[in-house]
Amino acid sequence: MSRITDAPNPKLNYRQATESPEPGAGIDLDQELGRVEFRISTRPHIALDNRVCAGCTARTCLNACPARLFVETSAGEIIFNYENCFECGTCYLVCGHEGALSWNYPPGGYGVRFHRS
Amino acid sequence: MPKEMEVPMTAIEGGNASCFDAVVVGAGPAGSAAALVLARGGAKVALLERGTEPGSKNLYGGVIYPAILAQLIPDYPESAPIERRITRRVTMLVDGGRATWLAHDNPSWGDPGGPNAFTAYRPAFDSWLAGVAVAAGAVLLPSTTATRLVRDAYGHVAAVATDREGPPLRTRMVIAADGANSFLAKQAGLMKGAGAEGYTLGVKRVLSLGAEEIERRFNIASPGEGVDIEILGCTGEVSGGGFLYTNSETVAVGLVLSLTGLAATKSRPEELLGRLQRHPSIEPLLRGAEPLEYGAHLIPEAGFSHWPRLGSKGLLVAGDAAFACLAAGLWLEGVNYAIASGAEAGRAVLAEFDSHGAADAAAVYASAMEASFVGINHRRLRHAPRLVMSRATQVGLPRFANHLASEIFSVRDPEPKPGLARAAYAAAHRSGVSPLTAGAAVLRALRTFG
Repeated sequence: MSRITDAPNPKLNYRQATESPEPGAGIDLDQELGRVEFRISTRPHIALDNRVCAGCTARTCLNACPARLFVETSAGEIIFNYENCFECGTCYLVCGHEGALSWNYPPGGYGVRFHRS
Repeated sequence: MPKEMEVPMTAIEGGNASCFDAVVVGAGPAGSAAALVLARGGAKVALLERGTEPGSKNLYGGVIYPAILAQLIPDYPESAPIERRITRRVTMLVDGGRATWLAHDNPSWGDPGGPNAFTAYRPAFDSWLAGVAVAAGAVLLPSTTATRLVRDAYGHVAAVATDREGPPLRTRMVIAADGANSFLAKQAGLMKGAGAEGYTLGVKRVLSLGAEEIERRFNIASPGEGVDIEILGCTGEVSGGGFLYTNSETVAVGLVLSLTGLAATKSRPEELLGRLQRHPSIEPLLRGAEPLEYGAHLIPEAGFSHWPRLGSKGLLVAGDAAFACLAAGLWLEGVNYAIASGAEAGRAVLAEFDSHGAADAAAVYASAMEASFVGINHRRLRHAPRLVMSRATQVGLPRFANHLASEIFSVRDPEPKPGLARAAYAAAHRSGVSPLTAGAAVLRALRTFG
Protein backbone atom coordinates (compact mmCIF):
# COMPACT_ATOMS: atom_id res chain seq x y z
CA MET A 1 0.00 0.00 0.00
CA SER A 2 1.30 3.42 -0.86
CA ARG A 3 2.49 5.77 1.84
CA ILE A 4 1.15 9.24 1.33
CA THR A 5 2.98 12.05 3.03
CA ASP A 6 2.53 15.77 3.11
CA ALA A 7 6.29 16.27 3.27
CA PRO A 8 9.42 14.44 2.17
CA ASN A 9 9.42 11.30 4.28
CA PRO A 10 12.69 11.11 6.17
CA LYS A 11 14.00 7.58 5.84
CA LEU A 12 13.22 5.67 8.97
CA ASN A 13 16.38 4.57 10.63
CA TYR A 14 15.34 4.23 14.23
CA ARG A 15 14.97 0.46 14.01
CA GLN A 16 18.36 -0.01 12.46
CA ALA A 17 19.70 2.12 15.29
CA THR A 18 18.74 -0.55 17.77
CA GLU A 19 19.08 -4.27 18.02
CA SER A 20 16.18 -5.64 16.06
CA PRO A 21 13.77 -7.50 18.34
CA GLU A 22 12.80 -11.14 17.88
CA PRO A 23 10.68 -11.53 14.77
CA GLY A 24 7.03 -12.03 15.69
CA ALA A 25 6.94 -15.80 15.48
CA GLY A 26 5.81 -16.10 11.90
CA ILE A 27 4.57 -12.53 11.66
CA ASP A 28 7.09 -10.00 10.42
CA LEU A 29 5.75 -6.75 11.80
CA ASP A 30 7.77 -4.57 9.45
CA GLN A 31 6.22 -6.37 6.48
CA GLU A 32 2.76 -6.16 8.04
CA LEU A 33 3.12 -2.41 8.58
CA GLY A 34 4.32 -2.02 5.00
CA ARG A 35 0.93 -3.28 3.81
CA VAL A 36 -1.02 -0.71 5.84
CA GLU A 37 -1.82 2.73 4.48
CA PHE A 38 -0.61 5.60 6.64
CA ARG A 39 -1.12 9.24 5.68
CA ILE A 40 1.73 10.76 7.53
CA SER A 41 1.47 14.24 8.98
CA THR A 42 4.63 16.24 9.58
CA ARG A 43 3.29 16.95 13.06
CA PRO A 44 3.73 14.04 15.53
CA HIS A 45 0.50 13.32 17.40
CA ILE A 46 2.28 11.61 20.30
CA ALA A 47 5.18 13.07 22.23
CA LEU A 48 7.47 11.26 24.61
CA ASP A 49 9.35 12.86 27.50
CA ASN A 50 12.48 10.78 28.07
CA ARG A 51 13.21 12.61 31.32
CA VAL A 52 10.18 10.77 32.72
CA CYS A 53 10.97 7.50 30.92
CA ALA A 54 14.48 7.50 32.40
CA GLY A 55 12.96 6.74 35.78
CA CYS A 56 10.71 3.94 34.48
CA THR A 57 11.75 0.33 34.88
CA ALA A 58 8.52 -1.31 33.66
CA ARG A 59 8.73 0.10 30.11
CA THR A 60 5.48 -1.58 29.18
CA CYS A 61 5.15 0.50 26.02
CA LEU A 62 8.00 -1.53 24.48
CA ASN A 63 6.01 -4.76 24.35
CA ALA A 64 2.39 -3.63 24.42
CA CYS A 65 2.34 -1.36 21.36
CA PRO A 66 0.88 -3.52 18.57
CA ALA A 67 3.01 -1.75 15.97
CA ARG A 68 6.14 -1.96 18.12
CA LEU A 69 6.76 1.76 17.73
CA PHE A 70 8.61 2.14 21.05
CA VAL A 71 12.20 0.95 20.95
CA GLU A 72 14.94 1.08 23.56
CA THR A 73 18.35 2.24 22.37
CA SER A 74 21.55 0.69 23.65
CA ALA A 75 21.92 3.84 25.75
CA GLY A 76 18.62 3.07 27.48
CA GLU A 77 16.62 5.87 25.90
CA ILE A 78 13.21 5.14 24.44
CA ILE A 79 12.73 6.31 20.89
CA PHE A 80 9.37 6.45 19.30
CA ASN A 81 8.09 6.67 15.75
CA TYR A 82 4.58 8.03 15.34
CA GLU A 83 4.30 7.34 11.62
CA ASN A 84 3.01 3.76 11.71
CA CYS A 85 0.67 4.32 14.65
CA PHE A 86 -2.73 2.57 14.66
CA GLU A 87 -4.00 5.30 17.05
CA CYS A 88 -5.27 2.61 19.41
CA GLY A 89 -4.34 4.22 22.74
CA THR A 90 -2.66 1.17 24.28
CA CYS A 91 0.56 3.05 25.08
CA TYR A 92 -0.97 5.78 27.23
CA LEU A 93 -3.25 3.29 29.00
CA VAL A 94 -0.43 0.93 30.00
CA CYS A 95 1.99 3.77 30.82
CA GLY A 96 1.90 4.40 34.55
CA HIS A 97 3.89 7.61 34.47
CA GLU A 98 2.32 11.03 34.57
CA GLY A 99 3.66 13.22 31.80
CA ALA A 100 5.63 10.56 29.94
CA LEU A 101 3.31 10.56 26.95
CA SER A 102 1.15 13.29 25.52
CA TRP A 103 -1.34 11.66 23.22
CA ASN A 104 -3.60 13.22 20.61
CA TYR A 105 -5.24 12.05 17.45
CA PRO A 106 -3.47 13.02 14.23
CA PRO A 107 -4.91 15.97 12.31
CA GLY A 108 -8.12 15.14 10.43
CA GLY A 109 -7.46 12.99 7.36
CA TYR A 110 -4.01 11.90 8.54
CA GLY A 111 -2.80 8.75 10.23
CA VAL A 112 -3.82 5.16 9.64
CA ARG A 113 -6.36 4.41 6.93
CA PHE A 114 -7.81 0.89 7.12
CA HIS A 115 -9.47 -0.75 4.11
CA ARG A 116 -10.41 -4.29 5.13
CA SER A 117 -10.78 -3.95 8.89
CA MET B 1 -1.43 8.37 33.65
CA PRO B 2 -0.03 10.57 30.93
CA LYS B 3 -1.75 13.79 30.11
CA GLU B 4 -4.50 13.59 27.57
CA MET B 5 -5.31 16.53 25.33
CA GLU B 6 -4.93 19.55 27.52
CA VAL B 7 -8.21 21.18 26.75
CA PRO B 8 -9.44 24.13 28.73
CA MET B 9 -13.19 24.46 29.17
CA THR B 10 -13.15 27.73 27.35
CA ALA B 11 -16.19 29.77 28.25
CA ILE B 12 -17.82 31.64 25.41
CA GLU B 13 -20.66 34.08 25.54
CA GLY B 14 -24.09 32.53 25.14
CA GLY B 15 -26.61 33.32 22.44
CA ASN B 16 -29.17 31.27 20.65
CA ALA B 17 -27.89 31.41 17.08
CA SER B 18 -26.87 27.84 16.24
CA CYS B 19 -25.13 26.71 13.13
CA PHE B 20 -26.29 23.15 13.75
CA ASP B 21 -29.04 21.82 15.97
CA ALA B 22 -26.73 18.95 16.83
CA VAL B 23 -23.11 17.99 16.20
CA VAL B 24 -22.28 14.29 16.28
CA VAL B 25 -18.57 13.50 16.76
CA GLY B 26 -17.53 10.25 15.10
CA ALA B 27 -19.15 8.64 12.06
CA GLY B 28 -18.98 5.08 13.38
CA PRO B 29 -22.16 3.02 13.89
CA ALA B 30 -23.20 5.01 17.01
CA GLY B 31 -22.62 8.42 15.46
CA SER B 32 -24.23 7.62 12.11
CA ALA B 33 -27.26 6.06 13.81
CA ALA B 34 -27.64 9.20 15.94
CA ALA B 35 -27.25 11.47 12.91
CA LEU B 36 -29.77 9.39 10.95
CA VAL B 37 -32.43 9.62 13.69
CA LEU B 38 -31.80 13.35 14.11
CA ALA B 39 -31.91 14.09 10.37
CA ARG B 40 -35.11 12.07 9.97
CA GLY B 41 -36.56 14.10 12.86
CA GLY B 42 -35.90 17.30 10.95
CA ALA B 43 -32.84 18.46 12.90
CA LYS B 44 -29.93 20.15 11.19
CA VAL B 45 -27.08 17.82 12.12
CA ALA B 46 -23.33 17.76 11.42
CA LEU B 47 -21.49 14.42 11.52
CA LEU B 48 -17.76 14.80 12.17
CA GLU B 49 -15.29 12.10 11.15
CA ARG B 50 -11.54 12.32 11.69
CA GLY B 51 -10.76 9.71 9.02
CA THR B 52 -10.79 10.42 5.31
CA GLU B 53 -13.97 8.36 5.22
CA PRO B 54 -16.16 6.78 7.91
CA GLY B 55 -14.74 3.48 9.16
CA SER B 56 -11.18 4.12 8.00
CA LYS B 57 -10.06 4.35 11.66
CA ASN B 58 -12.17 1.42 12.81
CA LEU B 59 -11.29 -2.22 13.26
CA TYR B 60 -13.30 -4.95 14.97
CA GLY B 61 -13.34 -8.62 15.55
CA GLY B 62 -15.72 -8.84 13.31
CA VAL B 63 -19.41 -9.79 13.14
CA ILE B 64 -22.46 -7.54 12.93
CA TYR B 65 -25.78 -8.68 14.48
CA PRO B 66 -28.29 -6.66 12.47
CA ALA B 67 -31.62 -7.07 14.31
CA ILE B 68 -31.52 -3.48 15.61
CA LEU B 69 -30.18 -2.18 12.30
CA ALA B 70 -33.23 -3.72 10.62
CA GLN B 71 -35.51 -1.66 12.87
CA LEU B 72 -33.73 1.52 11.84
CA ILE B 73 -33.24 0.67 8.16
CA PRO B 74 -35.67 -2.15 7.23
CA ASP B 75 -34.37 -2.54 3.67
CA TYR B 76 -30.68 -2.62 4.71
CA PRO B 77 -29.94 -6.01 3.02
CA GLU B 78 -30.51 -4.36 -0.35
CA SER B 79 -27.70 -1.85 0.04
CA ALA B 80 -25.46 -2.72 3.01
CA PRO B 81 -21.99 -4.02 2.03
CA ILE B 82 -22.40 -7.52 3.50
CA GLU B 83 -19.45 -9.90 3.05
CA ARG B 84 -20.95 -13.20 4.28
CA ARG B 85 -24.02 -14.20 6.30
CA ILE B 86 -22.88 -16.28 9.28
CA THR B 87 -24.52 -19.70 9.29
CA ARG B 88 -22.02 -21.49 11.53
CA ARG B 89 -20.97 -20.27 14.95
CA VAL B 90 -18.06 -22.18 16.46
CA THR B 91 -16.62 -21.99 19.95
CA MET B 92 -13.20 -23.57 20.01
CA LEU B 93 -11.46 -24.52 23.26
CA VAL B 94 -7.70 -24.87 22.83
CA ASP B 95 -5.24 -26.65 25.09
CA GLY B 96 -1.76 -27.00 23.66
CA GLY B 97 -2.07 -28.69 20.27
CA ARG B 98 -5.52 -30.05 21.05
CA ALA B 99 -8.79 -28.30 20.35
CA THR B 100 -12.41 -29.07 21.17
CA TRP B 101 -14.96 -27.53 18.82
CA LEU B 102 -18.55 -26.69 19.63
CA ALA B 103 -20.12 -25.87 16.29
CA HIS B 104 -23.67 -24.77 15.60
CA ASP B 105 -24.90 -24.84 12.00
CA ASN B 106 -28.10 -22.91 11.40
CA PRO B 107 -29.24 -22.63 7.75
CA SER B 108 -32.07 -20.25 8.71
CA TRP B 109 -29.43 -17.69 9.71
CA GLY B 110 -28.48 -17.48 6.04
CA ASP B 111 -31.75 -15.81 4.98
CA PRO B 112 -30.59 -12.95 2.70
CA GLY B 113 -33.60 -10.90 3.79
CA GLY B 114 -32.79 -11.17 7.49
CA PRO B 115 -29.57 -12.87 8.52
CA ASN B 116 -28.78 -13.37 12.22
CA ALA B 117 -25.26 -12.06 11.71
CA PHE B 118 -22.98 -11.02 8.89
CA THR B 119 -19.37 -10.03 8.32
CA ALA B 120 -18.43 -6.71 6.74
CA TYR B 121 -15.38 -4.51 6.34
CA ARG B 122 -15.77 -1.54 8.64
CA PRO B 123 -14.64 1.14 6.17
CA ALA B 124 -17.32 -0.13 3.75
CA PHE B 125 -20.03 -0.67 6.38
CA ASP B 126 -19.46 2.55 8.31
CA SER B 127 -19.29 4.59 5.08
CA TRP B 128 -22.54 2.98 3.96
CA LEU B 129 -24.31 3.77 7.24
CA ALA B 130 -23.02 7.36 7.24
CA GLY B 131 -24.28 7.59 3.65
CA VAL B 132 -27.78 6.65 4.80
CA ALA B 133 -27.60 9.47 7.37
CA VAL B 134 -26.38 11.89 4.69
CA ALA B 135 -29.22 10.85 2.38
CA ALA B 136 -31.61 11.71 5.23
CA GLY B 137 -30.08 15.19 5.46
CA ALA B 138 -27.08 14.96 7.80
CA VAL B 139 -23.96 16.92 6.82
CA LEU B 140 -20.83 14.73 6.89
CA LEU B 141 -17.55 16.51 7.63
CA PRO B 142 -14.75 13.99 7.01
CA SER B 143 -11.04 14.55 7.77
CA THR B 144 -12.11 16.61 10.77
CA THR B 145 -10.78 15.93 14.26
CA ALA B 146 -12.79 17.34 17.15
CA THR B 147 -10.29 18.91 19.55
CA ARG B 148 -12.43 20.12 22.46
CA LEU B 149 -15.84 21.03 23.73
CA VAL B 150 -16.64 24.70 24.20
CA ARG B 151 -19.05 25.75 26.93
CA ASP B 152 -21.14 28.86 27.41
CA ALA B 153 -21.27 30.99 30.53
CA TYR B 154 -23.75 28.54 32.09
CA GLY B 155 -21.48 25.54 31.63
CA HIS B 156 -23.65 24.21 28.80
CA VAL B 157 -21.77 22.66 25.86
CA ALA B 158 -22.29 25.20 23.10
CA ALA B 159 -19.78 24.34 20.38
CA VAL B 160 -17.20 21.83 19.23
CA ALA B 161 -13.73 23.05 18.29
CA THR B 162 -12.11 21.16 15.42
CA ASP B 163 -8.80 21.23 13.59
CA ARG B 164 -10.55 22.70 10.56
CA GLU B 165 -10.01 26.36 9.84
CA GLY B 166 -12.61 28.68 11.23
CA PRO B 167 -14.47 29.09 14.49
CA PRO B 168 -15.85 26.19 16.56
CA LEU B 169 -19.07 24.62 15.29
CA ARG B 170 -21.87 26.15 17.34
CA THR B 171 -24.65 23.79 18.32
CA ARG B 172 -27.42 23.12 20.84
CA MET B 173 -26.34 19.53 21.48
CA VAL B 174 -23.21 17.40 21.04
CA ILE B 175 -23.25 13.61 20.79
CA ALA B 176 -19.81 12.19 21.55
CA ALA B 177 -19.58 8.97 19.55
CA ASP B 178 -15.82 9.37 19.40
CA GLY B 179 -14.85 5.81 20.16
CA ALA B 180 -13.02 3.81 22.80
CA ASN B 181 -10.63 6.61 23.73
CA SER B 182 -13.42 9.24 23.89
CA PHE B 183 -11.40 12.30 24.76
CA LEU B 184 -14.60 14.36 24.71
CA ALA B 185 -16.25 12.26 27.44
CA LYS B 186 -13.01 12.44 29.43
CA GLN B 187 -12.77 16.20 28.95
CA ALA B 188 -16.35 16.57 30.13
CA GLY B 189 -15.56 14.56 33.26
CA LEU B 190 -18.11 11.84 32.47
CA MET B 191 -15.70 8.89 32.52
CA LYS B 192 -15.15 6.97 35.74
CA GLY B 193 -11.40 7.23 35.29
CA ALA B 194 -11.14 4.05 33.25
CA GLY B 195 -7.54 2.86 33.21
CA ALA B 196 -5.93 -0.07 31.43
CA GLU B 197 -8.11 -2.59 33.31
CA GLY B 198 -11.20 -1.39 31.44
CA TYR B 199 -9.87 -2.23 27.99
CA THR B 200 -8.55 -5.01 25.81
CA LEU B 201 -6.43 -4.69 22.70
CA GLY B 202 -7.66 -6.28 19.49
CA VAL B 203 -5.10 -7.21 16.82
CA LYS B 204 -6.16 -8.62 13.50
CA ARG B 205 -4.73 -9.84 10.20
CA VAL B 206 -6.76 -10.05 7.02
CA LEU B 207 -5.59 -12.63 4.48
CA SER B 208 -6.76 -13.28 0.94
CA LEU B 209 -7.86 -16.79 -0.03
CA GLY B 210 -10.50 -16.35 -2.72
CA ALA B 211 -14.21 -17.15 -2.38
CA GLU B 212 -14.14 -20.74 -3.67
CA GLU B 213 -11.16 -21.73 -1.54
CA ILE B 214 -12.85 -20.28 1.56
CA GLU B 215 -16.03 -22.24 0.84
CA ARG B 216 -14.00 -25.42 0.35
CA ARG B 217 -11.76 -25.07 3.42
CA PHE B 218 -14.53 -23.99 5.76
CA ASN B 219 -17.06 -26.47 4.38
CA ILE B 220 -19.58 -23.74 3.53
CA ALA B 221 -22.79 -24.96 1.93
CA SER B 222 -23.80 -21.92 -0.14
CA PRO B 223 -21.89 -18.97 -1.57
CA GLY B 224 -22.49 -15.87 0.52
CA GLU B 225 -22.62 -17.84 3.75
CA GLY B 226 -19.81 -17.91 6.24
CA VAL B 227 -18.29 -19.04 9.51
CA ASP B 228 -17.48 -17.31 12.80
CA ILE B 229 -15.02 -19.10 15.09
CA GLU B 230 -14.39 -17.79 18.62
CA ILE B 231 -11.39 -19.30 20.37
CA LEU B 232 -10.59 -19.67 24.08
CA GLY B 233 -7.27 -20.83 25.51
CA CYS B 234 -5.08 -19.48 22.70
CA THR B 235 -3.58 -16.40 24.36
CA GLY B 236 -0.95 -17.96 26.62
CA GLU B 237 -0.34 -16.09 29.86
CA VAL B 238 -2.46 -13.14 28.75
CA SER B 239 -6.21 -13.29 29.31
CA GLY B 240 -8.23 -12.83 26.16
CA GLY B 241 -9.43 -14.83 23.20
CA GLY B 242 -9.04 -15.42 19.49
CA PHE B 243 -11.26 -15.23 16.47
CA LEU B 244 -11.32 -16.36 12.88
CA TYR B 245 -14.07 -15.47 10.46
CA THR B 246 -14.77 -15.42 6.78
CA ASN B 247 -15.34 -12.47 4.46
CA SER B 248 -16.19 -12.96 0.77
CA GLU B 249 -12.63 -13.27 -0.51
CA THR B 250 -10.63 -13.02 2.71
CA VAL B 251 -10.38 -14.46 6.19
CA ALA B 252 -9.66 -12.43 9.31
CA VAL B 253 -7.73 -13.91 12.21
CA GLY B 254 -7.03 -12.06 15.40
CA LEU B 255 -6.73 -11.86 19.16
CA VAL B 256 -8.25 -9.84 21.93
CA LEU B 257 -5.75 -9.30 24.75
CA SER B 258 -6.08 -7.89 28.25
CA LEU B 259 -3.99 -4.71 28.54
CA THR B 260 -3.05 -5.47 32.12
CA GLY B 261 -2.06 -8.99 31.02
CA LEU B 262 0.10 -7.62 28.23
CA ALA B 263 1.76 -5.26 30.69
CA ALA B 264 2.36 -7.95 33.31
CA THR B 265 3.74 -10.66 31.01
CA LYS B 266 5.77 -8.58 28.54
CA SER B 267 4.16 -10.59 25.73
CA ARG B 268 4.06 -9.16 22.22
CA PRO B 269 0.67 -9.12 20.46
CA GLU B 270 1.94 -10.32 17.08
CA GLU B 271 3.91 -13.16 18.68
CA LEU B 272 0.75 -14.43 20.38
CA LEU B 273 -1.14 -14.08 17.10
CA GLY B 274 1.64 -15.94 15.29
CA ARG B 275 1.26 -18.77 17.78
CA LEU B 276 -2.50 -19.01 17.11
CA GLN B 277 -1.87 -19.07 13.35
CA ARG B 278 0.48 -22.02 13.79
CA HIS B 279 -1.98 -24.05 15.87
CA PRO B 280 -2.60 -27.38 14.09
CA SER B 281 -6.36 -26.72 14.00
CA ILE B 282 -5.93 -23.24 12.50
CA GLU B 283 -2.84 -23.47 10.29
CA PRO B 284 -4.44 -25.61 7.53
CA LEU B 285 -7.26 -23.07 7.22
CA LEU B 286 -4.81 -20.23 6.58
CA ARG B 287 -2.08 -22.06 4.64
CA GLY B 288 -0.86 -20.12 1.62
CA ALA B 289 -3.21 -17.20 2.21
CA GLU B 290 -1.86 -13.83 1.10
CA PRO B 291 -1.67 -11.24 3.89
CA LEU B 292 -3.41 -7.98 3.01
CA GLU B 293 -3.76 -5.86 6.13
CA TYR B 294 -2.80 -5.82 9.80
CA GLY B 295 -4.19 -3.54 12.44
CA ALA B 296 -5.16 -2.96 16.05
CA HIS B 297 -7.87 -1.25 18.04
CA LEU B 298 -8.95 -0.86 21.66
CA ILE B 299 -12.08 -2.53 22.99
CA PRO B 300 -13.82 -0.97 26.01
CA GLU B 301 -14.51 -4.41 27.38
CA ALA B 302 -15.27 -3.85 31.07
CA GLY B 303 -19.00 -3.46 30.51
CA PHE B 304 -21.57 -2.01 32.88
CA SER B 305 -19.15 -1.36 35.75
CA HIS B 306 -17.32 1.15 33.57
CA TRP B 307 -20.28 2.91 31.98
CA PRO B 308 -19.66 6.65 32.14
CA ARG B 309 -22.34 9.15 33.03
CA LEU B 310 -24.21 9.09 29.73
CA GLY B 311 -24.79 12.81 29.48
CA SER B 312 -24.58 16.27 30.94
CA LYS B 313 -25.71 19.72 29.82
CA GLY B 314 -25.62 19.72 26.04
CA LEU B 315 -23.64 16.48 25.74
CA LEU B 316 -24.53 12.80 25.30
CA VAL B 317 -22.10 9.88 24.99
CA ALA B 318 -22.80 6.86 22.76
CA GLY B 319 -21.19 3.70 21.39
CA ASP B 320 -17.71 2.58 22.47
CA ALA B 321 -17.29 5.97 24.15
CA ALA B 322 -20.09 4.88 26.50
CA PHE B 323 -18.62 1.36 26.99
CA ALA B 324 -21.74 0.11 25.18
CA CYS B 325 -20.07 -2.92 23.59
CA LEU B 326 -20.80 -6.28 25.20
CA ALA B 327 -17.88 -8.63 25.84
CA ALA B 328 -19.59 -11.41 27.73
CA GLY B 329 -17.79 -14.52 26.51
CA LEU B 330 -20.76 -16.30 24.96
CA TRP B 331 -21.81 -13.02 23.40
CA LEU B 332 -19.29 -10.72 21.78
CA GLU B 333 -21.22 -7.82 20.29
CA GLY B 334 -20.49 -4.17 19.68
CA VAL B 335 -21.81 -2.69 16.46
CA ASN B 336 -25.44 -3.48 17.37
CA TYR B 337 -25.00 -1.89 20.82
CA ALA B 338 -23.37 1.15 19.22
CA ILE B 339 -26.24 1.54 16.74
CA ALA B 340 -28.84 1.16 19.50
CA SER B 341 -27.17 3.67 21.83
CA GLY B 342 -26.66 6.17 19.01
CA ALA B 343 -30.28 5.90 17.94
CA GLU B 344 -31.46 6.38 21.56
CA ALA B 345 -29.21 9.43 21.88
CA GLY B 346 -30.69 10.89 18.70
CA ARG B 347 -34.24 10.29 19.94
CA ALA B 348 -33.44 11.88 23.31
CA VAL B 349 -32.11 15.01 21.59
CA LEU B 350 -35.26 15.21 19.46
CA ALA B 351 -37.36 14.84 22.64
CA GLU B 352 -35.59 17.84 24.15
CA PHE B 353 -35.99 19.89 20.98
CA ASP B 354 -39.65 18.95 20.52
CA SER B 355 -40.50 19.82 24.11
CA HIS B 356 -38.70 23.17 23.75
CA GLY B 357 -36.32 22.21 26.52
CA ALA B 358 -38.93 20.87 28.96
CA ALA B 359 -37.46 17.38 28.55
CA ASP B 360 -33.76 17.03 29.35
CA ALA B 361 -31.99 14.98 26.70
CA ALA B 362 -29.45 13.55 29.15
CA ALA B 363 -32.21 12.29 31.47
CA VAL B 364 -34.32 10.94 28.57
CA TYR B 365 -31.28 9.17 27.12
CA ALA B 366 -30.19 7.64 30.44
CA SER B 367 -33.62 6.15 31.10
CA ALA B 368 -34.01 4.97 27.48
CA MET B 369 -30.66 3.16 27.74
CA GLU B 370 -31.68 1.56 31.05
CA ALA B 371 -34.93 0.33 29.53
CA SER B 372 -33.49 -0.94 26.25
CA PHE B 373 -31.75 -4.26 25.60
CA VAL B 374 -28.46 -2.36 25.87
CA GLY B 375 -28.99 -1.48 29.52
CA ILE B 376 -30.86 -4.66 30.45
CA ASN B 377 -28.23 -7.00 28.98
CA HIS B 378 -25.33 -4.99 30.36
CA ARG B 379 -26.81 -4.91 33.84
CA ARG B 380 -27.64 -8.60 33.76
CA LEU B 381 -24.17 -9.55 32.46
CA ARG B 382 -22.22 -7.04 34.52
CA HIS B 383 -20.04 -9.75 36.13
CA ALA B 384 -19.38 -11.57 32.84
CA PRO B 385 -16.32 -9.65 31.61
CA ARG B 386 -14.43 -10.39 34.82
CA LEU B 387 -15.50 -14.05 34.84
CA VAL B 388 -14.49 -14.49 31.21
CA MET B 389 -11.06 -12.99 31.85
CA SER B 390 -10.45 -15.02 35.02
CA ARG B 391 -7.77 -17.70 34.89
CA ALA B 392 -10.41 -20.35 35.70
CA THR B 393 -12.19 -19.54 32.42
CA GLN B 394 -9.05 -18.79 30.46
CA VAL B 395 -6.99 -21.84 31.44
CA GLY B 396 -9.11 -24.19 33.54
CA LEU B 397 -12.09 -24.45 31.19
CA PRO B 398 -10.26 -25.21 27.91
CA ARG B 399 -7.91 -27.59 29.70
CA PHE B 400 -10.80 -29.44 31.34
CA ALA B 401 -12.80 -29.61 28.09
CA ASN B 402 -9.88 -31.10 26.18
CA HIS B 403 -8.95 -33.58 28.91
CA LEU B 404 -12.60 -34.63 29.13
CA ALA B 405 -12.95 -35.11 25.37
CA SER B 406 -9.70 -37.03 25.34
CA GLU B 407 -10.81 -39.24 28.28
CA ILE B 408 -14.09 -40.02 26.58
CA PHE B 409 -12.98 -40.48 22.98
CA SER B 410 -9.59 -42.15 23.45
CA VAL B 411 -10.06 -45.93 23.11
CA ARG B 412 -7.74 -47.78 25.48
CA ASP B 413 -8.59 -51.44 24.91
CA PRO B 414 -8.08 -53.74 26.74
CA GLU B 415 -8.68 -51.22 29.54
CA PRO B 416 -12.42 -51.00 30.15
CA LYS B 417 -14.10 -47.66 29.38
CA PRO B 418 -14.44 -45.23 32.25
CA GLY B 419 -17.88 -44.06 33.36
CA LEU B 420 -18.69 -40.46 32.49
CA ALA B 421 -18.45 -39.31 36.10
CA ARG B 422 -15.09 -40.97 36.45
CA ALA B 423 -13.91 -39.44 33.15
CA ALA B 424 -14.98 -35.99 34.36
CA TYR B 425 -13.21 -36.53 37.65
CA ALA B 426 -10.02 -37.65 35.90
CA ALA B 427 -10.20 -34.68 33.49
CA ALA B 428 -10.61 -32.24 36.37
CA HIS B 429 -7.71 -33.86 38.21
CA ARG B 430 -5.46 -33.66 35.14
CA SER B 431 -6.46 -30.02 34.57
CA GLY B 432 -5.42 -29.14 38.10
CA VAL B 433 -8.99 -28.23 38.96
CA SER B 434 -10.10 -29.37 42.42
CA PRO B 435 -13.76 -30.40 42.89
CA LEU B 436 -14.18 -27.36 45.15
CA THR B 437 -12.80 -24.96 42.50
CA ALA B 438 -14.95 -26.58 39.83
CA GLY B 439 -18.06 -26.25 41.99
CA ALA B 440 -17.31 -22.60 42.72
CA ALA B 441 -16.75 -21.92 39.00
CA VAL B 442 -20.06 -23.53 38.06
CA LEU B 443 -21.90 -21.50 40.70
CA ARG B 444 -20.19 -18.30 39.53
CA ALA B 445 -21.08 -19.06 35.90
CA LEU B 446 -24.71 -19.73 36.84
CA ARG B 447 -24.89 -16.48 38.80
CA THR B 448 -23.28 -14.55 35.93
CA PHE B 449 -25.18 -16.00 33.00
CA GLY B 450 -28.23 -17.48 34.78
